[in-house]
Amino acid sequence: MAAVTLDPLSAPLPHTGVLAQPAPSPVLRVNQLAVTYYTDLGRARALDDVSFTLNAGQKLGMVGESGSGKSTLALAMMRMIKPPGRIEGGEVFVGDTELMGLNEEAMRRARLSKIAYIPQGAMNSLNPVIRIGAQMVDAVKAHLPGESRAAIQDRCRQALRSVDLDPGVFNMYAHELSGGMKQRVCIAIGVLLEPSVIIADEPTSALDVVTQCQVMETIDRVQDQIGAAVILIGHDMGLMAQFVDRVAVMYAGRLVEISSVREMFTDPKHPYARALISSLPNLDNRGVFQGIPGLAPSLLRIPSGCAFHPRCPFAMDVCTTVRPEVLELAGGRRVACHLFDEEARHG
Amino acid sequence: MAELLELRGVSKVYTRGLTHSHPTVALREISLTLKEDEPTILTVAGESGSGKTTLAMLLLGFISPTMGEILYKGRNITTLTGPERLAYRREVQAVFQDPFAVFNPFYTVDHLLTVPIKRFKLASTRAEARARMEEALNAVGLRPEDVLGRFPHQLSGGQRQRINVARALLLKPRLLIADEPVSMVDASLRATILETLRNLQRDYGVSIIYITHDLTTAYHIAKSIIVLYRGGVMEAGDVDRVIKSPQHPYTQLLVDSIPWPNLEQRWGEQSIMARESTAPPPGACPFMPRCPKAMPVCASRPPLFQINPHQAAACYLHERQPQLVAEKLSELLPA
Ligand SMILES: Nc1ncnc2c1ncn2[C@@H]1O[C@H](COP(=O)(O)OP(=O)(O)OP(=O)(O)O)[C@@H](O)[C@H]1O
Ligand SMILES: Nc1ncnc2c1ncn2[C@@H]1O[C@H](COP(=O)(O)OP(=O)(O)OP(=O)(O)O)[C@@H](O)[C@H]1O
Ligand code: SF4
Ligand code: SF4
Ligand SMILES: [Mg+2]
Ligand SMILES: [Mg+2]
Repeated sequence: MAAVTLDPLSAPLPHTGVLAQPAPSPVLRVNQLAVTYYTDLGRARALDDVSFTLNAGQKLGMVGESGSGKSTLALAMMRMIKPPGRIEGGEVFVGDTELMGLNEEAMRRARLSKIAYIPQGAMNSLNPVIRIGAQMVDAVKAHLPGESRAAIQDRCRQALRSVDLDPGVFNMYAHELSGGMKQRVCIAIGVLLEPSVIIADEPTSALDVVTQCQVMETIDRVQDQIGAAVILIGHDMGLMAQFVDRVAVMYAGRLVEISSVREMFTDPKHPYARALISSLPNLDNRGVFQGIPGLAPSLLRIPSGCAFHPRCPFAMDVCTTVRPEVLELAGGRRVACHLFDEEARHG
Repeated sequence: MAELLELRGVSKVYTRGLTHSHPTVALREISLTLKEDEPTILTVAGESGSGKTTLAMLLLGFISPTMGEILYKGRNITTLTGPERLAYRREVQAVFQDPFAVFNPFYTVDHLLTVPIKRFKLASTRAEARARMEEALNAVGLRPEDVLGRFPHQLSGGQRQRINVARALLLKPRLLIADEPVSMVDASLRATILETLRNLQRDYGVSIIYITHDLTTAYHIAKSIIVLYRGGVMEAGDVDRVIKSPQHPYTQLLVDSIPWPNLEQRWGEQSIMARESTAPPPGACPFMPRCPKAMPVCASRPPLFQINPHQAAACYLHERQPQLVAEKLSELLPA
């Protein structure tokens, strides 16, 4: 495993304002991205003005309650939101290219070559009746119009090798592979065109710990080779602690905190992040279940003010009426909570 | 004392693999007893392909054993008919691994929940049916208005997984087989759902077989654990002892690979050999090709050796200890 960047200052976070000039130019900038699902029961604001940046080579962990909008965020960045969902606004820059403004054809080419998404449950979406190799070739051939079929196949075999799979897997079917092998095939497809951003949505949640370890090492290694930035979406805080540099926490469609992994685990700021960290199991508190009381809010009726206020032990009057904006604290970590209004003003 | 469930020397061999010309022993001579009046939570752990789901499918009667027999309340489950079969179908429920695969995409959540209510006549009025549905959804942290009326693809991964758990809760079974029920939810919800399951065991006397590769949750919810590798029992016993002081090299690898949410405890110092490339020689200890402590004697399959009253391991490192016959495995497992 690569060493984790523990010093928050070594990875300064730019302001998210559109005009702010980031110091080491980030490879990914997401500004005010918003998605709504128009359901029969009403409008569900699944993603509410989410902004963050990521530098080349950085690993960001994206955590948050089930249904908080993590997969929606990934799909929106890929412009893969399907009706009844709609991207309501926002920008996504990969390098200098702004994805939301591209025409369909240019966006199709940007997928996989600039930004790749390994979807939740990807390994179950491999086609059972088509050989792995043919599926890989299919995924990339449109991106490589000038290349011969043999050259593309070579590339695919190379990609399999880069995720530690025998090139013979090229001729096999999905059911002949274990879960971990299938997941590595999906990663191989994701990295084939050496994108600058890789989004992996729960890549290991169906795998055992030993295989998990192998898959994460694989991601780590290919990331090193191609210098990509990685967004790891997941629930496993253990995995996050072992793998990412920074952690972003989502709640009800908003980013409520983004901090270095060390800050997040030792001194989480947002009350939801604190509750999440204290719900983690360890060997000393067997049988103690510290779930966060209350239910996640309905996206159809997001509570006024701070969406967490009905469940928050620190809620104040202001929390029920005024929505907390994302504020930057000393050291570059960011948090959206009224408890830090003062600190941010003076910091 | 009546037995709820009894496995007698159960093996499952798959012969019809499409590409594997040689048969796969998915489960090897498993004997196990769960008592009716001692509801417990038993974890079955092991890596991918170790036979966990095969065991679940056998217990549910979806597939039948190649050898041995499975008894439910003293009756072989393959011979159950009529009302006994219906009772077994209701009393033994499952929560499955893959929330993406189990649901028919054309049925709404309401449909998924009302079918069992109707089939097993769990409510006499519509209002009562609705109330039971809401109660079950609340228990897994879902708001009825958020999920009822929706189709599976309109739910997040974790929401789908929880619908599964809610369905099982609705039926208040005697035995719940939960195959990776919380792999796709966050730590807080995981805690909430596991607590719900534990309360089900404690307050309603439901026995639970918790199938997982996640030893941290196993440690928190279960009383006892069986560690499988390539279909065989490697180690079994009290969950506290097995996880805090694993005695089989395979269990040691598993425990060492746990990604702890702790920055000071780095991940997996032992280097890992891929399972794919490590078929053991015939008749040998199945873990031998990956075992850092393999010895010549390991070329024959080790029996279980009993290390203490609540722990046994199938490994020659413990050959000084008394052997444990496989049929007595359950005596190690605290209820
Ligand atoms: N096609 C859809 N139609 C309506 N609502 C949807 C649709 N897809 C997702 N949603 C809703 O949007 C919200 C966010 O879903 P999303 O899949 O992004 O969550 P998530 O954070 O990835 O959750 P998980 O951790 O469970 O995968 C959820 O409340 C979900 O029910
Ligand atoms: N229908 C089948 N035909 C042939 N072989 C099978 C079949 N089902 C399972 N197997 C094989 O039996 C072994 C045990 O599989 P099983 O699904 O029980 O593992 P598992 O422990 O549940 O793994 P995972 O953690 O990946 O779910 C594997 O080697 C698998 O390839
Ligand atoms: S803004 Fe108020 S309610 Fe929201 S998390 Fe902070 S203290 Fe709690
Ligand atoms: S019996 Fe031998 S090969 Fe098998 S686990 Fe023990 S030491 Fe390793
Ligand atoms: Mg998701
Ligand atoms: Mg399984």
